[in-house]
Amino acid sequence: MDSFNQYAKERSVTYRPSGTGKIFTDPDADRARVFFRDEKPRKLIEKVSSVDRVVKDFVKDGDYIGVGGFGANRIPTAVLHEIVRQKKKNLGLAGHTATHDFQILVGGNCINRCDIAYIVGLEARGLSKVARKAVESGSIELTEWTNAALTWRYKAAAMGISFLPVRCMLGTDTAKYSAAVELDCPFTGAKYLAVPALYPDVGIIHVHRADVYGNCQIDGIMVADQDLARAARRLIITTERFVPNEYIRREPAKTVIPYYLVDAVIEVPFGCYPGNMAYEYFSDEVHLREWLKAEGDPETHAAFLEKHIYGVKDFYGYLETIGGLSRLQELRILENLVEK
Amino acid sequence: MEYNDMELMICLASRYLEDDSIVVVGTGAPCAAAMLAQKMYSPQLMIMFEAGGIGPLLPSMPISVGDSRTFYKALVAGSMPEVMETCQRGLVDYTFLGGAQIDQYGNINSTMVGSDYQKPKVRFPGSGGANDLASFCWKTMMITPQDPRRFTEKIDFITSPGYLTGPGAREAAGLPPGGGPYKVITNLCVIGFDDKTKRMKVESTHPGISRDNIAENTGFEMLWAADLTVSEPPSAEELKCLREEVDPYRYIIGRI
Repeated sequence: MDSFNQYAKERSVTYRPSGTGKIFTDPDADRARVFFRDEKPRKLIEKVSSVDRVVKDFVKDGDYIGVGGFGANRIPTAVLHEIVRQKKKNLGLAGHTATHDFQILVGGNCINRCDIAYIVGLEARGLSKVARKAVESGSIELTEWTNAALTWRYKAAAMGISFLPVRCMLGTDTAKYSAAVELDCPFTGAKYLAVPALYPDVGIIHVHRADVYGNCQIDGIMVADQDLARAARRLIITTERFVPNEYIRREPAKTVIPYYLVDAVIEVPFGCYPGNMAYEYFSDEVHLREWLKAEGDPETHAAFLEKHIYGVKDFYGYLETIGGLSRLQELRILENLVEK
Repeated sequence: MEYNDMELMICLASRYLEDDSIVVVGTGAPCAAAMLAQKMYSPQLMIMFEAGGIGPLLPSMPISVGDSRTFYKALVAGSMPEVMETCQRGLVDYTFLGGAQIDQYGNINSTMVGSDYQKPKVRFPGSGGANDLASFCWKTMMITPQDPRRFTEKIDFITSPGYLTGPGAREAAGLPPGGGPYKVITNLCVIGFDDKTKRMKVESTHPGISRDNIAENTGFEMLWAADLTVSEPPSAEELKCLREEVDPYRYIIGRI
Protein backbone atom coordinates (compact mmCIF):
# COMPACT_ATOMS: atom_id res chain seq x y z
CA MET A 1 0.00 0.00 0.00
CA ASP A 2 2.71 2.46 1.07
CA SER A 3 4.89 1.85 -1.94
CA PHE A 4 2.29 2.63 -4.54
CA ASN A 5 1.10 5.68 -2.67
CA GLN A 6 4.68 6.86 -2.63
CA TYR A 7 5.08 6.37 -6.37
CA ALA A 8 1.90 8.26 -7.02
CA LYS A 9 3.11 11.07 -4.81
CA GLU A 10 6.55 11.41 -6.26
CA ARG A 11 5.40 10.83 -9.83
CA SER A 12 8.86 9.40 -10.30
CA VAL A 13 8.17 8.69 -13.92
CA THR A 14 11.10 8.50 -16.27
CA TYR A 15 11.08 7.72 -19.91
CA ARG A 16 13.73 7.24 -22.53
CA PRO A 17 13.81 6.38 -26.18
CA SER A 18 14.00 2.75 -26.99
CA GLY A 19 13.45 1.40 -30.49
CA THR A 20 15.16 2.88 -33.56
CA GLY A 21 12.29 2.01 -35.90
CA LYS A 22 10.14 4.55 -37.70
CA ILE A 23 6.50 5.29 -36.90
CA PHE A 24 4.70 5.19 -40.26
CA THR A 25 1.35 6.60 -39.14
CA ASP A 26 0.31 9.60 -37.07
CA PRO A 27 -0.49 8.44 -33.49
CA ASP A 28 -2.03 11.81 -32.53
CA ALA A 29 -5.43 11.10 -30.96
CA ASP A 30 -6.65 14.70 -31.26
CA ARG A 31 -6.10 14.87 -35.01
CA ALA A 32 -7.83 11.50 -35.32
CA ARG A 33 -10.79 12.83 -33.31
CA VAL A 34 -11.16 15.75 -35.71
CA PHE A 35 -11.03 13.38 -38.68
CA PHE A 36 -13.68 11.14 -37.14
CA ARG A 37 -15.84 14.18 -36.30
CA ASP A 38 -15.64 15.63 -39.81
CA GLU A 39 -15.36 12.59 -42.05
CA LYS A 40 -17.34 9.73 -40.55
CA PRO A 41 -21.01 9.44 -41.48
CA ARG A 42 -23.41 9.42 -38.51
CA LYS A 43 -26.40 9.04 -40.74
CA LEU A 44 -27.88 5.63 -41.42
CA ILE A 45 -27.34 5.70 -45.18
CA GLU A 46 -26.77 2.99 -47.78
CA LYS A 47 -23.08 2.52 -48.47
CA VAL A 48 -23.23 -0.18 -51.09
CA SER A 49 -20.37 0.09 -53.55
CA SER A 50 -18.25 -2.06 -55.85
CA VAL A 51 -14.76 -3.44 -55.32
CA ASP A 52 -13.48 -1.51 -58.30
CA ARG A 53 -14.95 1.77 -57.05
CA VAL A 54 -13.83 1.52 -53.39
CA VAL A 55 -10.25 0.93 -54.39
CA LYS A 56 -10.42 3.94 -56.75
CA ASP A 57 -12.13 6.11 -54.13
CA PHE A 58 -10.44 5.13 -50.90
CA VAL A 59 -6.99 3.65 -51.59
CA LYS A 60 -4.56 6.33 -52.71
CA ASP A 61 -0.91 5.72 -53.62
CA GLY A 62 1.10 6.12 -50.42
CA ASP A 63 -1.76 5.20 -48.06
CA TYR A 64 -1.19 2.93 -45.07
CA ILE A 65 -3.56 -0.04 -44.93
CA GLY A 66 -4.65 -2.49 -42.26
CA VAL A 67 -6.03 -5.84 -43.36
CA GLY A 68 -8.52 -7.85 -41.31
CA GLY A 69 -8.47 -11.57 -40.56
CA PHE A 70 -5.37 -13.60 -39.88
CA GLY A 71 -2.91 -14.66 -42.58
CA ALA A 72 -5.12 -16.36 -45.11
CA ASN A 73 -8.15 -16.69 -42.83
CA ARG A 74 -11.05 -14.30 -43.46
CA ILE A 75 -8.89 -11.87 -45.44
CA PRO A 76 -10.50 -9.45 -47.94
CA THR A 77 -8.89 -11.07 -51.00
CA ALA A 78 -11.16 -9.39 -53.57
CA VAL A 79 -10.04 -5.91 -52.49
CA LEU A 80 -6.37 -6.95 -52.25
CA HIS A 81 -6.46 -8.25 -55.84
CA GLU A 82 -8.11 -5.04 -57.00
CA ILE A 83 -5.35 -3.00 -55.33
CA VAL A 84 -2.83 -5.03 -57.35
CA ARG A 85 -4.92 -4.78 -60.55
CA GLN A 86 -5.14 -0.99 -60.21
CA LYS A 87 -1.35 -0.94 -59.63
CA LYS A 88 -1.46 1.03 -56.40
CA LYS A 89 2.02 2.05 -55.26
CA ASN A 90 3.99 2.88 -52.12
CA LEU A 91 1.45 1.54 -49.67
CA GLY A 92 2.25 0.98 -46.00
CA LEU A 93 1.00 -2.20 -44.34
CA ALA A 94 0.39 -3.44 -40.82
CA GLY A 95 1.98 -6.91 -41.04
CA HIS A 96 -0.06 -8.44 -38.26
CA THR A 97 0.42 -12.10 -39.17
CA ALA A 98 0.38 -11.09 -42.81
CA THR A 99 0.81 -14.24 -44.90
CA HIS A 100 -1.16 -14.59 -48.13
CA ASP A 101 -2.26 -10.94 -47.96
CA PHE A 102 1.40 -9.87 -47.83
CA GLN A 103 2.21 -12.29 -50.65
CA ILE A 104 -0.49 -10.74 -52.88
CA LEU A 105 0.50 -7.12 -52.22
CA VAL A 106 4.24 -7.76 -52.56
CA GLY A 107 3.56 -9.74 -55.74
CA GLY A 108 1.95 -6.58 -57.15
CA ASN A 109 4.87 -4.48 -55.90
CA CYS A 110 2.43 -2.31 -53.94
CA ILE A 111 4.24 -1.95 -50.58
CA ASN A 112 7.20 0.21 -49.59
CA ARG A 113 6.94 0.14 -45.78
CA CYS A 114 5.69 -2.33 -43.24
CA ASP A 115 5.11 -2.68 -39.51
CA ILE A 116 6.08 -6.29 -38.95
CA ALA A 117 4.88 -8.87 -36.55
CA TYR A 118 4.90 -11.79 -39.00
CA ILE A 119 5.67 -11.58 -42.72
CA VAL A 120 7.14 -13.60 -45.64
CA GLY A 121 5.87 -16.91 -44.28
CA LEU A 122 2.59 -18.76 -44.80
CA GLU A 123 2.73 -20.54 -41.44
CA ALA A 124 2.97 -24.34 -41.85
CA ARG A 125 2.84 -23.99 -45.67
CA GLY A 126 6.35 -22.56 -45.95
CA LEU A 127 8.00 -19.28 -46.96
CA SER A 128 7.09 -17.04 -49.90
CA LYS A 129 10.17 -16.59 -52.10
CA VAL A 130 8.88 -13.39 -53.66
CA ALA A 131 8.01 -11.81 -50.31
CA ARG A 132 11.34 -12.87 -48.85
CA LYS A 133 13.32 -11.47 -51.78
CA ALA A 134 11.48 -8.16 -51.59
CA VAL A 135 12.29 -7.83 -47.89
CA GLU A 136 15.91 -9.00 -48.23
CA SER A 137 16.54 -6.54 -51.10
CA GLY A 138 15.82 -3.65 -48.74
CA SER A 139 13.03 -2.27 -50.95
CA ILE A 140 10.54 -2.33 -48.07
CA GLU A 141 11.21 -0.19 -45.03
CA LEU A 142 10.64 -2.19 -41.85
CA THR A 143 9.74 -1.54 -38.23
CA GLU A 144 9.61 -4.56 -35.96
CA TRP A 145 6.74 -5.41 -33.57
CA THR A 146 4.88 -8.45 -32.28
CA ASN A 147 1.33 -9.65 -32.82
CA ALA A 148 0.26 -8.45 -29.37
CA ALA A 149 2.02 -5.09 -29.85
CA LEU A 150 0.25 -4.45 -33.17
CA THR A 151 -3.07 -5.60 -31.73
CA TRP A 152 -2.64 -3.18 -28.83
CA ARG A 153 -1.56 -0.38 -31.18
CA TYR A 154 -4.94 -0.82 -32.90
CA LYS A 155 -6.58 -0.98 -29.49
CA ALA A 156 -5.02 2.34 -28.40
CA ALA A 157 -6.38 3.97 -31.56
CA ALA A 158 -9.76 2.30 -31.00
CA MET A 159 -9.79 3.71 -27.46
CA GLY A 160 -8.99 7.17 -28.78
CA ILE A 161 -5.64 7.44 -26.98
CA SER A 162 -2.20 7.93 -28.49
CA PHE A 163 -0.36 5.00 -26.86
CA LEU A 164 -0.66 1.98 -24.58
CA PRO A 165 1.88 0.57 -22.12
CA VAL A 166 2.67 -3.10 -22.77
CA ARG A 167 4.95 -5.75 -21.23
CA CYS A 168 6.10 -7.64 -24.31
CA MET A 169 9.27 -7.05 -26.37
CA LEU A 170 11.25 -5.84 -23.31
CA GLY A 171 14.94 -6.78 -23.37
CA THR A 172 14.98 -8.02 -26.97
CA ASP A 173 16.13 -6.91 -30.43
CA THR A 174 12.46 -6.92 -31.42
CA ALA A 175 12.08 -3.85 -29.18
CA LYS A 176 15.36 -2.35 -30.42
CA TYR A 177 14.06 -2.26 -34.01
CA SER A 178 10.54 -1.22 -33.02
CA ALA A 179 9.48 2.36 -32.36
CA ALA A 180 8.42 1.64 -28.77
CA VAL A 181 9.56 3.86 -25.89
CA GLU A 182 10.41 2.66 -22.40
CA LEU A 183 8.68 4.26 -19.45
CA ASP A 184 7.99 3.62 -15.78
CA CYS A 185 4.55 3.17 -14.32
CA PRO A 186 3.77 6.31 -12.28
CA PHE A 187 1.99 4.17 -9.66
CA THR A 188 4.20 1.11 -9.20
CA GLY A 189 7.48 1.99 -10.86
CA ALA A 190 7.28 -1.10 -13.09
CA LYS A 191 8.95 -0.81 -16.48
CA TYR A 192 6.75 -0.79 -19.61
CA LEU A 193 7.06 -0.21 -23.31
CA ALA A 194 4.78 2.45 -24.72
CA VAL A 195 3.49 1.54 -28.17
CA PRO A 196 2.00 4.28 -30.38
CA ALA A 197 -1.63 4.18 -31.53
CA LEU A 198 -1.96 2.83 -35.06
CA TYR A 199 -4.60 4.61 -37.15
CA PRO A 200 -4.43 3.12 -40.68
CA ASP A 201 -5.57 5.36 -43.55
CA VAL A 202 -7.69 2.48 -44.80
CA GLY A 203 -8.92 -0.65 -43.03
CA ILE A 204 -10.25 -3.55 -45.13
CA ILE A 205 -12.23 -6.34 -43.46
CA HIS A 206 -14.19 -9.32 -44.80
CA VAL A 207 -17.21 -10.38 -42.71
CA HIS A 208 -19.88 -13.03 -42.78
CA ARG A 209 -22.88 -10.73 -43.07
CA ALA A 210 -23.69 -7.04 -43.16
CA ASP A 211 -26.63 -4.81 -43.95
CA VAL A 212 -26.49 -2.05 -46.56
CA TYR A 213 -25.64 0.52 -43.88
CA GLY A 214 -22.52 -1.38 -42.81
CA ASN A 215 -23.64 -3.09 -39.59
CA CYS A 216 -21.51 -6.26 -39.57
CA GLN A 217 -21.52 -9.68 -37.95
CA ILE A 218 -18.55 -12.07 -37.88
CA ASP A 219 -18.81 -15.77 -36.98
CA GLY A 220 -15.89 -17.38 -35.18
CA ILE A 221 -12.73 -15.65 -33.97
CA MET A 222 -12.44 -11.88 -34.29
CA VAL A 223 -8.62 -11.82 -34.39
CA ALA A 224 -8.02 -8.04 -34.01
CA ASP A 225 -10.81 -6.78 -36.22
CA GLN A 226 -12.95 -5.19 -33.52
CA ASP A 227 -10.06 -2.79 -32.89
CA LEU A 228 -8.88 -2.42 -36.51
CA ALA A 229 -12.44 -1.40 -37.49
CA ARG A 230 -12.40 1.33 -34.87
CA ALA A 231 -8.82 2.46 -35.56
CA ALA A 232 -9.11 2.84 -39.34
CA ARG A 233 -9.77 6.30 -40.76
CA ARG A 234 -11.57 4.79 -43.77
CA LEU A 235 -13.14 1.34 -43.46
CA ILE A 236 -14.02 -0.89 -46.40
CA ILE A 237 -16.16 -3.95 -45.70
CA THR A 238 -16.68 -6.91 -47.99
CA THR A 239 -19.31 -9.39 -46.88
CA GLU A 240 -20.19 -12.95 -47.84
CA ARG A 241 -23.79 -11.82 -48.03
CA PHE A 242 -26.09 -8.92 -47.40
CA VAL A 243 -28.85 -9.33 -44.84
CA PRO A 244 -31.82 -7.03 -44.19
CA ASN A 245 -31.45 -4.52 -41.37
CA GLU A 246 -34.17 -6.44 -39.44
CA TYR A 247 -31.85 -9.43 -39.33
CA ILE A 248 -29.19 -7.33 -37.57
CA ARG A 249 -31.75 -5.92 -35.14
CA ARG A 250 -32.94 -9.42 -34.23
CA GLU A 251 -29.52 -10.28 -32.77
CA PRO A 252 -27.80 -7.01 -31.90
CA ALA A 253 -25.34 -8.78 -29.59
CA LYS A 254 -23.72 -10.24 -32.71
CA THR A 255 -23.00 -6.86 -34.29
CA VAL A 256 -19.25 -6.42 -33.94
CA ILE A 257 -18.79 -3.51 -36.36
CA PRO A 258 -21.48 -0.80 -36.22
CA TYR A 259 -22.44 1.19 -39.36
CA TYR A 260 -20.86 4.46 -38.19
CA LEU A 261 -17.38 2.98 -38.59
CA VAL A 262 -17.99 1.91 -42.16
CA ASP A 263 -17.43 3.92 -45.37
CA ALA A 264 -18.37 1.32 -47.97
CA VAL A 265 -19.81 -2.18 -48.03
CA ILE A 266 -19.78 -4.69 -50.90
CA GLU A 267 -21.26 -8.15 -51.16
CA VAL A 268 -18.53 -10.54 -52.36
CA PRO A 269 -19.42 -14.23 -51.94
CA PHE A 270 -16.30 -16.37 -51.49
CA GLY A 271 -14.56 -13.04 -50.85
CA CYS A 272 -11.67 -14.48 -48.83
CA TYR A 273 -10.85 -17.33 -51.24
CA PRO A 274 -8.25 -18.98 -51.21
CA GLY A 275 -8.37 -18.36 -47.47
CA ASN A 276 -10.51 -20.13 -44.89
CA MET A 277 -13.87 -18.51 -44.07
CA ALA A 278 -15.13 -20.14 -40.88
CA TYR A 279 -18.37 -22.12 -41.32
CA GLU A 280 -18.39 -21.27 -45.06
CA TYR A 281 -15.40 -22.75 -46.93
CA PHE A 282 -11.96 -24.10 -46.11
CA SER A 283 -8.69 -22.76 -47.52
CA ASP A 284 -7.65 -23.97 -50.98
CA GLU A 285 -4.35 -25.59 -50.08
CA VAL A 286 -3.82 -26.80 -53.65
CA HIS A 287 -4.01 -23.28 -55.05
CA LEU A 288 -1.85 -21.81 -52.26
CA ARG A 289 0.76 -24.49 -52.96
CA GLU A 290 0.71 -23.63 -56.67
CA TRP A 291 1.16 -19.96 -55.80
CA LEU A 292 4.21 -20.71 -53.63
CA LYS A 293 5.64 -22.93 -56.35
CA ALA A 294 5.10 -20.34 -59.10
CA GLU A 295 7.24 -17.93 -57.07
CA GLY A 296 10.29 -20.10 -57.72
CA ASP A 297 10.81 -18.53 -61.15
CA PRO A 298 10.14 -14.85 -62.04
CA GLU A 299 8.59 -15.67 -65.43
CA THR A 300 6.33 -18.35 -64.01
CA HIS A 301 5.31 -15.95 -61.25
CA ALA A 302 4.52 -13.16 -63.72
CA ALA A 303 2.44 -15.58 -65.81
CA PHE A 304 0.67 -16.78 -62.66
CA LEU A 305 -0.28 -13.23 -61.65
CA GLU A 306 -1.33 -12.47 -65.23
CA LYS A 307 -3.61 -15.49 -65.28
CA HIS A 308 -5.20 -14.95 -61.87
CA ILE A 309 -5.15 -11.16 -61.30
CA TYR A 310 -4.11 -8.87 -64.17
CA GLY A 311 -5.70 -10.94 -66.93
CA VAL A 312 -9.16 -11.09 -65.37
CA LYS A 313 -11.74 -8.34 -65.08
CA ASP A 314 -12.56 -8.82 -61.43
CA PHE A 315 -12.54 -11.24 -58.49
CA TYR A 316 -15.23 -13.41 -60.05
CA GLY A 317 -12.99 -13.82 -63.07
CA TYR A 318 -10.31 -15.09 -60.67
CA LEU A 319 -12.74 -17.60 -59.16
CA GLU A 320 -13.35 -18.93 -62.70
CA THR A 321 -9.60 -19.47 -63.22
CA ILE A 322 -9.38 -21.74 -60.20
CA GLY A 323 -12.27 -23.99 -61.17
CA GLY A 324 -15.31 -21.89 -60.41
CA LEU A 325 -18.26 -23.03 -58.39
CA SER A 326 -17.42 -26.72 -58.52
CA ARG A 327 -14.05 -26.14 -56.81
CA LEU A 328 -15.62 -23.72 -54.32
CA GLN A 329 -18.26 -26.29 -53.50
CA GLU A 330 -15.52 -28.80 -52.65
CA LEU A 331 -14.08 -26.27 -50.20
CA ARG A 332 -17.52 -25.77 -48.61
CA ILE A 333 -17.72 -29.50 -48.03
CA LEU A 334 -14.21 -29.58 -46.57
CA GLU A 335 -15.13 -26.82 -44.13
CA ASN A 336 -18.47 -28.12 -43.02
CA LEU A 337 -18.05 -31.89 -42.99
CA VAL A 338 -15.32 -31.83 -40.43
CA GLU A 339 -16.93 -34.65 -38.48
CA LYS A 340 -15.94 -37.82 -40.22
CA MET B 1 9.14 -50.48 -30.53
CA GLU B 2 10.38 -48.42 -33.51
CA TYR B 3 9.80 -44.65 -33.56
CA ASN B 4 11.26 -41.66 -35.33
CA ASP B 5 12.79 -38.47 -33.87
CA MET B 6 9.61 -36.43 -34.29
CA GLU B 7 7.51 -39.05 -32.51
CA LEU B 8 10.05 -39.18 -29.69
CA MET B 9 10.12 -35.39 -29.26
CA ILE B 10 6.33 -35.06 -29.31
CA CYS B 11 5.88 -37.86 -26.73
CA LEU B 12 8.51 -36.40 -24.39
CA ALA B 13 7.03 -32.90 -24.65
CA SER B 14 3.49 -34.13 -24.00
CA ARG B 15 4.48 -35.58 -20.60
CA TYR B 16 5.34 -32.13 -19.24
CA LEU B 17 1.88 -30.65 -19.83
CA GLU B 18 0.05 -31.01 -16.52
CA ASP B 19 -3.67 -31.52 -16.21
CA ASP B 20 -5.81 -28.44 -15.40
CA SER B 21 -3.25 -26.09 -16.91
CA ILE B 22 -3.40 -23.79 -19.94
CA VAL B 23 -1.11 -24.01 -22.97
CA VAL B 24 -0.88 -21.70 -25.97
CA VAL B 25 0.35 -23.58 -29.04
CA GLY B 26 1.01 -22.98 -32.69
CA THR B 27 0.63 -25.47 -35.51
CA GLY B 28 2.85 -28.52 -35.93
CA ALA B 29 4.71 -30.49 -33.26
CA PRO B 30 3.56 -28.37 -30.26
CA CYS B 31 -0.08 -28.82 -31.26
CA ALA B 32 0.49 -32.56 -31.60
CA ALA B 33 2.14 -32.67 -28.15
CA ALA B 34 -0.79 -30.84 -26.56
CA MET B 35 -3.34 -33.11 -28.28
CA LEU B 36 -1.42 -36.19 -27.17
CA ALA B 37 -1.23 -34.90 -23.60
CA GLN B 38 -5.00 -34.33 -23.59
CA LYS B 39 -5.66 -37.88 -24.73
CA MET B 40 -3.02 -39.63 -22.58
CA TYR B 41 -2.46 -37.74 -19.34
CA SER B 42 -4.19 -34.39 -19.03
CA PRO B 43 -7.81 -34.50 -20.22
CA GLN B 44 -8.47 -31.05 -18.76
CA LEU B 45 -5.47 -29.41 -20.42
CA MET B 46 -6.84 -26.24 -21.99
CA ILE B 47 -5.47 -25.42 -25.44
CA MET B 48 -5.46 -21.85 -26.74
CA PHE B 49 -4.40 -20.39 -30.07
CA GLU B 50 -3.15 -16.81 -30.31
CA ALA B 51 -5.66 -15.75 -33.00
CA GLY B 52 -8.54 -16.40 -30.58
CA GLY B 53 -9.42 -20.11 -30.48
CA ILE B 54 -9.96 -21.17 -26.83
CA GLY B 55 -10.61 -24.74 -25.69
CA PRO B 56 -11.43 -26.40 -29.04
CA LEU B 57 -12.13 -30.11 -29.46
CA LEU B 58 -9.56 -30.33 -32.25
CA PRO B 59 -10.89 -32.58 -35.01
CA SER B 60 -7.54 -32.64 -36.83
CA MET B 61 -4.27 -30.73 -37.09
CA PRO B 62 -4.85 -27.04 -37.85
CA ILE B 63 -2.99 -25.63 -40.88
CA SER B 64 -3.01 -22.11 -39.47
CA VAL B 65 -3.11 -20.71 -35.92
CA GLY B 66 -6.30 -18.93 -37.02
CA ASP B 67 -8.10 -21.51 -39.17
CA SER B 68 -11.55 -22.78 -38.22
CA ARG B 69 -10.13 -25.98 -36.69
CA THR B 70 -8.63 -23.88 -33.88
CA PHE B 71 -12.10 -23.05 -32.56
CA TYR B 72 -13.99 -26.17 -33.62
CA LYS B 73 -16.48 -26.97 -30.84
CA ALA B 74 -14.51 -24.53 -28.70
CA LEU B 75 -15.48 -22.93 -25.41
CA VAL B 76 -14.80 -19.50 -26.85
CA ALA B 77 -14.23 -18.12 -30.33
CA GLY B 78 -12.31 -15.15 -28.94
CA SER B 79 -9.84 -12.67 -30.28
CA MET B 80 -6.13 -12.03 -30.29
CA PRO B 81 -6.30 -9.36 -27.57
CA GLU B 82 -8.40 -11.75 -25.45
CA VAL B 83 -5.69 -14.45 -25.64
CA MET B 84 -2.69 -12.10 -25.38
CA GLU B 85 -4.19 -10.23 -22.44
CA THR B 86 -4.92 -13.54 -20.68
CA CYS B 87 -1.22 -14.34 -21.10
CA GLN B 88 -0.16 -10.90 -19.87
CA ARG B 89 -2.46 -11.28 -16.82
CA GLY B 90 -0.54 -14.41 -15.84
CA LEU B 91 -3.11 -17.14 -16.49
CA VAL B 92 -1.21 -19.13 -19.09
CA ASP B 93 1.16 -21.85 -17.87
CA TYR B 94 2.88 -23.19 -20.97
CA THR B 95 3.80 -22.18 -24.46
CA PHE B 96 5.93 -23.65 -27.23
CA LEU B 97 8.27 -21.73 -29.52
CA GLY B 98 10.52 -22.50 -32.45
CA GLY B 99 13.30 -20.64 -34.20
CA ALA B 100 16.32 -20.64 -36.48
CA GLN B 101 18.84 -19.99 -33.69
CA ILE B 102 18.86 -20.43 -29.90
CA ASP B 103 21.58 -19.54 -27.39
CA GLN B 104 22.56 -21.01 -24.01
CA TYR B 105 20.09 -18.76 -22.17
CA GLY B 106 17.20 -19.88 -24.35
CA ASN B 107 16.95 -16.64 -26.34
CA ILE B 108 15.43 -17.35 -29.74
CA ASN B 109 15.95 -15.86 -33.20
CA SER B 110 13.11 -16.15 -35.69
CA THR B 111 13.66 -12.78 -37.40
CA MET B 112 16.81 -12.64 -39.52
CA VAL B 113 20.36 -13.75 -40.23
CA GLY B 114 22.91 -11.04 -41.00
CA SER B 115 24.07 -7.79 -39.45
CA ASP B 116 22.08 -5.11 -41.35
CA TYR B 117 18.52 -5.06 -40.08
CA GLN B 118 17.12 -3.18 -43.08
CA LYS B 119 18.95 -5.50 -45.51
CA PRO B 120 19.11 -8.93 -43.90
CA LYS B 121 21.05 -11.82 -45.43
CA VAL B 122 18.09 -14.10 -44.71
CA ARG B 123 14.75 -12.83 -43.51
CA PHE B 124 12.42 -15.06 -41.49
CA PRO B 125 8.80 -14.25 -40.58
CA GLY B 126 9.62 -12.43 -37.31
CA SER B 127 8.06 -12.68 -33.88
CA GLY B 128 4.44 -13.23 -34.76
CA GLY B 129 3.18 -13.90 -31.24
CA ALA B 130 6.37 -15.66 -30.11
CA ASN B 131 7.92 -12.74 -28.26
CA ASP B 132 4.61 -12.06 -26.49
CA LEU B 133 4.23 -15.66 -25.39
CA ALA B 134 7.87 -15.90 -24.25
CA SER B 135 7.39 -12.69 -22.28
CA PHE B 136 4.10 -13.62 -20.60
CA CYS B 137 3.68 -17.39 -20.22
CA TRP B 138 5.12 -18.98 -17.08
CA LYS B 139 6.99 -21.80 -18.80
CA THR B 140 8.33 -21.69 -22.36
CA MET B 141 9.18 -24.94 -24.12
CA MET B 142 10.84 -25.73 -27.43
CA ILE B 143 10.72 -28.76 -29.70
CA THR B 144 13.63 -28.50 -32.12
CA PRO B 145 16.28 -30.46 -33.99
CA GLN B 146 19.72 -29.90 -32.49
CA ASP B 147 22.80 -28.92 -34.50
CA PRO B 148 25.69 -26.49 -33.92
CA ARG B 149 24.33 -23.84 -36.30
CA ARG B 150 21.01 -23.73 -34.49
CA PHE B 151 22.42 -24.06 -30.95
CA THR B 152 24.86 -21.19 -31.20
CA GLU B 153 26.94 -19.04 -28.85
CA LYS B 154 25.66 -15.78 -30.28
CA ILE B 155 22.40 -15.44 -32.12
CA ASP B 156 22.03 -12.74 -34.80
CA PHE B 157 18.81 -11.28 -33.40
CA ILE B 158 16.97 -11.83 -30.12
CA THR B 159 13.38 -12.12 -31.32
CA SER B 160 11.97 -13.71 -28.17
CA PRO B 161 13.42 -13.52 -24.68
CA GLY B 162 14.91 -16.49 -22.89
CA TYR B 163 16.91 -15.57 -19.81
CA LEU B 164 18.57 -12.77 -21.89
CA THR B 165 22.09 -12.37 -20.40
CA GLY B 166 21.57 -14.58 -17.35
CA PRO B 167 20.17 -14.48 -13.80
CA GLY B 168 18.00 -11.44 -13.07
CA ALA B 169 18.21 -10.08 -16.65
CA ARG B 170 14.54 -10.66 -17.50
CA GLU B 171 13.42 -8.81 -14.39
CA ALA B 172 15.93 -5.98 -14.99
CA ALA B 173 14.57 -5.56 -18.51
CA GLY B 174 11.09 -5.18 -17.05
CA LEU B 175 9.64 -8.54 -18.07
CA PRO B 176 7.11 -10.01 -15.63
CA PRO B 177 9.11 -11.91 -12.96
CA GLY B 178 8.93 -15.69 -12.72
CA GLY B 179 8.66 -16.64 -16.40
CA GLY B 180 11.23 -17.97 -18.83
CA PRO B 181 12.42 -21.04 -20.70
CA TYR B 182 11.57 -24.37 -19.08
CA LYS B 183 12.51 -27.32 -21.31
CA VAL B 184 14.10 -27.70 -24.72
CA ILE B 185 13.31 -31.04 -26.30
CA THR B 186 15.59 -32.01 -29.17
CA ASN B 187 16.26 -35.10 -31.24
CA LEU B 188 19.24 -35.83 -28.94
CA CYS B 189 18.23 -34.91 -25.39
CA VAL B 190 15.97 -33.08 -22.96
CA ILE B 191 17.48 -29.81 -21.75
CA GLY B 192 16.50 -27.78 -18.69
CA PHE B 193 17.95 -24.55 -17.31
CA ASP B 194 20.40 -24.34 -14.43
CA ASP B 195 18.89 -22.52 -11.45
CA LYS B 196 22.00 -20.54 -10.63
CA THR B 197 23.34 -19.58 -14.07
CA LYS B 198 20.13 -19.84 -16.14
CA ARG B 199 22.17 -21.71 -18.77
CA MET B 200 21.10 -24.82 -20.65
CA LYS B 201 21.67 -28.05 -18.76
CA VAL B 202 21.10 -31.51 -20.22
CA GLU B 203 18.75 -33.51 -18.00
CA SER B 204 18.41 -36.69 -20.02
CA THR B 205 20.01 -38.13 -23.14
CA HIS B 206 17.91 -40.08 -25.60
CA PRO B 207 18.57 -43.84 -25.90
CA GLY B 208 21.75 -44.46 -27.91
CA ILE B 209 22.92 -40.81 -27.75
CA SER B 210 26.24 -40.03 -26.05
CA ARG B 211 27.43 -36.86 -24.34
CA ASP B 212 29.87 -36.44 -27.23
CA ASN B 213 27.04 -36.57 -29.76
CA ILE B 214 25.34 -33.75 -27.91
CA ALA B 215 28.49 -31.66 -27.43
CA GLU B 216 29.29 -31.95 -31.15
CA ASN B 217 25.86 -30.63 -32.00
CA THR B 218 25.99 -27.66 -29.64
CA GLY B 219 27.78 -24.40 -30.48
CA PHE B 220 28.32 -23.46 -26.83
CA GLU B 221 29.42 -25.19 -23.65
CA MET B 222 26.55 -27.31 -22.40
CA LEU B 223 26.02 -27.98 -18.68
CA TRP B 224 25.17 -31.49 -17.50
CA ALA B 225 22.83 -32.46 -14.68
CA ALA B 226 24.51 -34.34 -11.83
CA ASP B 227 21.75 -36.93 -12.02
CA LEU B 228 21.84 -37.24 -15.83
CA THR B 229 19.43 -39.97 -16.96
CA VAL B 230 18.35 -41.64 -20.16
CA SER B 231 15.09 -40.30 -21.66
CA GLU B 232 12.16 -42.69 -21.25
CA PRO B 233 11.31 -43.75 -24.82
CA PRO B 234 7.72 -43.50 -26.12
CA SER B 235 5.44 -46.24 -24.86
CA ALA B 236 3.37 -48.42 -27.18
CA GLU B 237 0.25 -46.63 -25.90
CA GLU B 238 1.68 -43.17 -26.64
CA LEU B 239 2.72 -44.17 -30.14
CA LYS B 240 -0.63 -45.78 -30.88
CA CYS B 241 -2.50 -42.67 -29.75
CA LEU B 242 -0.13 -40.34 -31.62
CA ARG B 243 -0.32 -42.33 -34.86
CA GLU B 244 -3.99 -43.27 -34.87
CA GLU B 245 -5.75 -40.39 -33.13
CA VAL B 246 -3.52 -37.31 -33.08
CA ASP B 247 -1.86 -37.37 -36.50
CA PRO B 248 -3.37 -40.18 -38.58
CA TYR B 249 -2.28 -38.53 -41.87
CA ARG B 250 1.30 -38.19 -40.58
CA TYR B 251 1.38 -34.44 -41.34
CA ILE B 252 3.77 -33.86 -38.46
CA ILE B 253 5.23 -37.23 -37.56
CA GLY B 254 5.92 -37.98 -41.22
CA ARG B 255 8.13 -34.90 -41.57
CA ILE B 256 11.38 -36.61 -40.62
